[in-house]
Amino acid sequence: MAERVRVRTRMPPGHVRAPAYLRGKTGEIERPLGAFGNPEEQAYGRFGDMRALYRVRFTMAEIWGDSAERPEDTLDAEIYEHWLERVE
Amino acid sequence: MPHDHHHEHLSPSGHPYRPDDDVPLTYWQTMEIAMRELLIEKGVTTAAEIAQQIGAMDARSPADGAAVVARAWVDPDFKARLMADGSAACREMGFEPGALRLLVVENTADTHNVVVCTLCSCYPRNLLGLPPDWYKSRAYRARTVKEPRKVLAEFGVELPDDITVRVHDSTADMRYLVLPARPAGSDGLDEAALAALVTRDSMIGTGLPRPPE
Repeated sequence: MAERVRVRTRMPPGHVRAPAYLRGKTGEIERPLGAFGNPEEQAYGRFGDMRALYRVRFTMAEIWGDSAERPEDTLDAEIYEHWLERVE
Repeated sequence: MPHDHHHEHLSPSGHPYRPDDDVPLTYWQTMEIAMRELLIEKGVTTAAEIAQQIGAMDARSPADGAAVVARAWVDPDFKARLMADGSAACREMGFEPGALRLLVVENTADTHNVVVCTLCSCYPRNLLGLPPDWYKSRAYRARTVKEPRKVLAEFGVELPDDITVRVHDSTADMRYLVLPARPAGSDGLDEAALAALVTRDSMIGTGLPRPPE
């Protein structure tokens, strides 16, 4: 079974690449993508430590609830490890 | 008749003149000019090199992406390599996909993929050229993740309910290319003729390849 993860709900200031509309939403890891420099540091001229990046697949039902156009359609986004928490 | 009377603010063709952009530079425009002038002054680069690079960027077109798609249609081994590592497969064809990694998503009988970047305007420029203006619009970015079927219908792509739509929000270090399904009736065509059927929008997911004549 695919690993289930939730996007953290914090709202820090600054350059963040975890879209707000996905925060607090649960999805499945579609595939790991390897490690990339943390954009939250790179945006301010630092190299940024390497962070694992994952493609996470969400259902439209999970993101939009009853207003989803077709609940089974999906959305994939790339989310860094420090924005994900494992869902048991 | 819309054009049979004259207004001073209309051109002879009946369309309004574009207003002069007599507005002050923004902070970032000023910053760009200052940085560029400094780099030239210090001999790091030259104005000619910058102009040449802008020319090279403007010259990129969706033709390279279309060639990749056509190759994948005719060569199953290439397609397997493209799906496994999009960047490496493009380099194999002599296209430089750049530092960001290319991820190819395939349209099949039961799946349709569409690409958006809600945060900014991430786009596989090296393969497709500059993105269309609508790709960067707030409406496309906001609506495609919420009501992709309605957006696709406005592009003329009506999807039956038994096809799953997969939206790809290009949020970080990947760039996405949609591998559209090979159109019916294209069996006899060679690679070059197939590439001519591959539209820019079909590689974003907002369109389908042209049907063969």
